[in-house]
Order: sequence, then C-alpha cells, then structure tokens
Amino acid sequence: MESSRTLLDILIAASGLTLAAATPFLFAALGELFAQRSGVLNLGVEGIMLMGAFTSVFVISDKGFNAHPAVGLLVAMLVGALMGLMMAFVSVTLQAEQGISGIGLTLFGQGMSTLLFRVLAAGVIVAGGVEKIDLPVLSNLPVLGSIFFHQDILTYAAFALVPISVWVLNRTTWGLQVRAVGQNPQAADSMGVNVARVRYSAVILGGVLAGVAGASLSMALTGVFQENMTAGRGFIAVALVYFGGWSPWKVMAGALLFSAANNLQIWVQVLDVRVAGAAIPPNLLIMLPYVLTIVVLIFARERQRREPAALTKPFERGEN
Amino acid sequence: MNLRKSLIERDPVAILAPVVAVALALVVGAGILLALGKDPMEAYGSMLKGAFGDANRLNNTITRAIPLLLVAIGICISFRGGVINIGAEGQLFIGAVAVTAFSVTVGGSLPAILAVPLALLVGFSAGAAWGAIPGYLKAYFDVNEILSTVMMNQIATQMLLLLLSGPLIDPREIQLGTRIPQSAQLPESVWLGRLAPPSRLHTGVFIALLAAVVVYLLLWRTPLGYRVRAVGQNKDAARYAGISVPLYMVLSLTLSGGLAGLAGTVEVMGVTRRMVEGFAVGYGFSGIVVALFGRLHPLGAIPSAFFFGALLTGAEQMQRTIQVPSATMIALQGLVVIFVVSSDVWVRRRAVRRAARLGSESPAVELSMETVAAEAK
Repeated sequence: MESSRTLLDILIAASGLTLAAATPFLFAALGELFAQRSGVLNLGVEGIMLMGAFTSVFVISDKGFNAHPAVGLLVAMLVGALMGLMMAFVSVTLQAEQGISGIGLTLFGQGMSTLLFRVLAAGVIVAGGVEKIDLPVLSNLPVLGSIFFHQDILTYAAFALVPISVWVLNRTTWGLQVRAVGQNPQAADSMGVNVARVRYSAVILGGVLAGVAGASLSMALTGVFQENMTAGRGFIAVALVYFGGWSPWKVMAGALLFSAANNLQIWVQVLDVRVAGAAIPPNLLIMLPYVLTIVVLIFARERQRREPAALTKPFERGEN
Repeated sequence: MNLRKSLIERDPVAILAPVVAVALALVVGAGILLALGKDPMEAYGSMLKGAFGDANRLNNTITRAIPLLLVAIGICISFRGGVINIGAEGQLFIGAVAVTAFSVTVGGSLPAILAVPLALLVGFSAGAAWGAIPGYLKAYFDVNEILSTVMMNQIATQMLLLLLSGPLIDPREIQLGTRIPQSAQLPESVWLGRLAPPSRLHTGVFIALLAAVVVYLLLWRTPLGYRVRAVGQNKDAARYAGISVPLYMVLSLTLSGGLAGLAGTVEVMGVTRRMVEGFAVGYGFSGIVVALFGRLHPLGAIPSAFFFGALLTGAEQMQRTIQVPSATMIALQGLVVIFVVSSDVWVRRRAVRRAARLGSESPAVELSMETVAAEAK
C-alpha cells in the first residue's frame, strides 16, 4: 500500500513536469505556426530561443539587474521581436533562401548567447525563477489538481494560447490575411492585402513567442542558463508544426508527446526501469526525441498536403 | 545557354559579395565587442597574430582548414544538388567513430600501406551511410532534410558519447577508474604523418586538396555531376529530361555525408589520433559557411577554408590571450551566412536587369528545361 502510494506520487509529479516541459515547445511551435501559415519558414527559432533564454534569466539574476521575472519575460519578447524582424527583413524584403538564412540566424543566436553568457555572466547564472501558482478550487482536485493546476503562469499561458491561436487564425481579419498570404499571395495582393506587412507581423510574432519559449526554459523550467541549453528544441518545434498539420490543437498534442519523450530519462531513472536487469544508458534516452522527430516527419507526410501553398516562396508584386 | 545564369556566374559583384559579407560581419562583430567593453582592434589583432603570427601558427591554420575544406566540398555537392545538408556535424562524428573502431580493432594488425587507405574508406563510407538516411527520407518520404539532418546531428552526438563511454572507451580509463569518455590511442599504422612538427600539419592536406579537385571534375566534367546539378536547378526539368530525381537526391546527400565523414576521419588520424569528447565540435557548421563563402564551388572552397581556418585558429588565440570568447566567431559565421544568402537576391536582380539591357528577357526556367533536355540526350 505504501509503495503504490509513492508510485502514484511519482506519476503525478512526472505528469505535471511533462506539462511544464511542454511549455517551450508550445510557445515556439505556435509562433512558428503563424510564420509558416504566412508563408515563411523560420529556422532561426533555435537561435531566438537561446537568446531569449539567456537575456531573460540574465536580467532577473544578481549578475544582471535583479529584475522581476515579468521584466525578464519582456526582455526576451523584445529580443525575440528584433530577431524575428531580422528574419522577416532577410526573407520577405531581401527574398533570401529561407532554410539557409534561418540556419544563419540560429548560428548567430548560438554564438551571441554563449558570448554574452561568458562575458556578462562569467559562465554561471542561477536565478530564483518563476513561482508555481495554484489555481483556486481546481488545484484541490485529487490527482488532477496537482498535475494540471499547480503550474507556473507561463505554462497556463502556453496552453491558453492554443485556443487563442485557433481563434486568431480563423476568426480575425489578421488571421485571415495570414492564411491568405501563405496560401495565395497574388490573390491576397489583388484584394488589397499588404503581403509584406502581414508576413512581417507573423514572423515577428513568431520571434516574440520563440523568445518567450526560451525564457520559459531558462527562467521557469530550470532557473539557469547553460550554453546551447535548447539542444535542438527549436528545430523540434519547427517539426511539430509539420507534425500538427499547421493546426494549433494537433501541435499541442505533438508538444505533449515530445515533452514526455524528453522527460523519459527522468521517468526511467525515478522508476528505475531496467531491461534484462541492466540500466538503460541515458544517451539512448536522450536520443529518443530526435529519433521520434524523424519518425513523426515520415508519418506527417499525409498531412503535408495541408502545407501553406506559398511556404518558403518569396512574393514579388507583379510577378505571377 | 541560360543567359541569366551565365550573367550571374560572370558578374564581378557576385564574386565580391561574400568578401563584402565577411567585411560587414567583422564590422558588426567589432560593434558587439565594443559594446561589451572589449577593444575590437586588440581582439582582431590577436586573431591575426594567432592565425599567421609565425610558421607554426600558419601551419596550424592550414591544419584547421583541412576538415573544413572536406566538409565544404561535400556541402557543395548537396547544395548544388538541391538538397540542404545541415548534417555534416553528425556525419563527421560518425566517420571519425567508425574509423576509430576500425583502427583499434583490426587497423593495428595491418601494415600502414593497407591500413591508411582502408581507414579512409571506412570513414568515408560511414559518413556516407549517415548522410544517405536523410537523403532517402527526403527522396522517398518527402521528409524535410534540414530538420532530419539536424536531428541526425543530435543522434550522432549521443551515439558518440554512448560509444566512447562504452565499447570504445580506452581500457586504461577503466583500469585507472577515471572513466573519461575517450578512445584508446589509434595504432601508429593508421596515423597520417606530420609534415612540419611541432605544428600538427599532416598529410591529410593533400587528401583534402585532391578531393576538392576530384569533386570539381565530378560536378562539372562528368554526366553524373551534370545530373546532380540539373536536379538542383530545376527538379521538373530534370524529371522531364529523364533523370531519376529521387536517386540523385539520395546520391548527393550520400556523397556529401561521405566527405564530411572523411573530414572526421582525417582529423582523428592526423590531429587527435584518438576520439575524445568534444571532438571537432562545430566543424560541420563552419563547413557550411566555408562552402557558401566559396560560392558553392569546390575550388572556391580552398581559399575559403583557409580563410575560415585562420578565423577559427585566431579566435582560439583571442580567447586565450585577451579573454574574448571564441563563440564570437560562431555569431559572426551566422551573420556571414545571412549576408551571403541575402546578397544572392541582389545579384540575381542585377542579372535580370543586365539581361533586359542585352535585349533578351529570357524566361530562365523554360530555357534551362530545354537545355537540360537537349544535353541529357
């Protein structure tokens, strides 16, 4: 009786952690979803996340300004917006090849965040982080309460963003314009939609959300910054958009799946899972989400028919 | 003849653009260093000294250029073939791991004359196999190769750690109980000879230069290379001309992976002579920058690799002497990539304007379709 009680506790803690760890995936993937629906593939998400992760935790730490976490979040959003602007300028105005320029942006973010981390913070940052909030009444529910309603504000926000994104895409003028310029920019242009402006706004929004994704990873999930701490999560977020067939709800399902896969290492250690009496090497478990991404991309093939028709294609007025 | 294309190739601005991109990146970098309270002149000065200060440093710069060149010419093949291989990092690791496994098991019992070529073949094949996977997935399952190669990098990194802390670990690390994840030293029969001690310059430099010439000939002087480029320029036209597009996509990623694998192989046989954690980290990405800077031309990659070898060697010196992190170079490389791909549009627009001035606004797509069809027959 006693041991089943602890097992339940572990499962509750692990499930709660899976929700929390889905937060960066969700923010980054929903942001990327807006960019892609407008026709821009932003592969700079990884770099933007790293910069968001560093700047936010830096300003709230004693190495920086001991600022309130809300300030850290705002800084991450601002940095994300600037890097999104960079991507928009390169891909929309200069019409550069989006895949390669996104990789350039990622390299820039990786290098810059490491440079700033070493120079400004001497390679160590620990910050208080973001407090968990118990939602009134709901958090008292048995089991479910501690899984779903004992999270930090960023996690609540990330999940709230899913229906909001659906609503924005389907029920607002801007959302309609985003879908139009991603599907048929010529038609949108002839209807008087400013294609460049809509794409700029979608890519910048994507940048802001990628910045928040980074901040949630550093400030909320871990309370530290480490070099390259995103470890490919930005690229996984891009893959989630394909996996989710450009639909926010399915992207959320994907984010949860990947978060669970990412946390598998912890689950296996806590529950002491063994195969034929031997412990599973942690490197194998760390590999899992990446293998899963590739597998998922193979099976997302059917969904790719829903790919925005103008994805990665620059638009020039008067060109048909 | 595709007029617009040939105008791009011959435009002096097109050749100058990468140089301007690097100059711009260095200026931005200077601004960043200044903002961080570091003297950019001092930083770049120590980079210059670190890369070219004396014969020894110059040799180390060339040593650093060897894997960059090998990765870059592989990238030339894949990008020319219309496949964006971001996976050189992982392909390089896998090549190096395979050659380590080969060397510590059978390599030591063979004479050098046999062991070295076999080792090179093993490394190339392993990298090629690692590259073939995303190539196959792209060609037959429509899996975005940028994403899959990035994932393959992460998988390769973990695989490397797994092997180095398990089957490939130096037996002495277990005896001593230190368990540092590194392999035993490779047997002398697979070492690539050092050319100018005390620098680490090794005979791999000839392998890399030879490979660049071979890849140039392959891409521009053989039907196979012609088809690879045709697929890269226009898939529909290539298909129309009877070229098996999926096959050539797999092929270009496979060759690209093989060359990255060879880069890791040469590095482990010539420089480190054992696999260690953190081996050649970042070379795969720098190789992409080298290829873009060399305008995706295998021979252009030679001076480009030397230049980036100098930047990276210099950056390490800068980190040691004036404590400016070498990560600065990663950030600047990112900017170089962005600037180079951005300048392409400008060059293309110039070509369109010049074509118009020459009185033949030729629809490039249709033209190239005809050319491909005609030449493929």
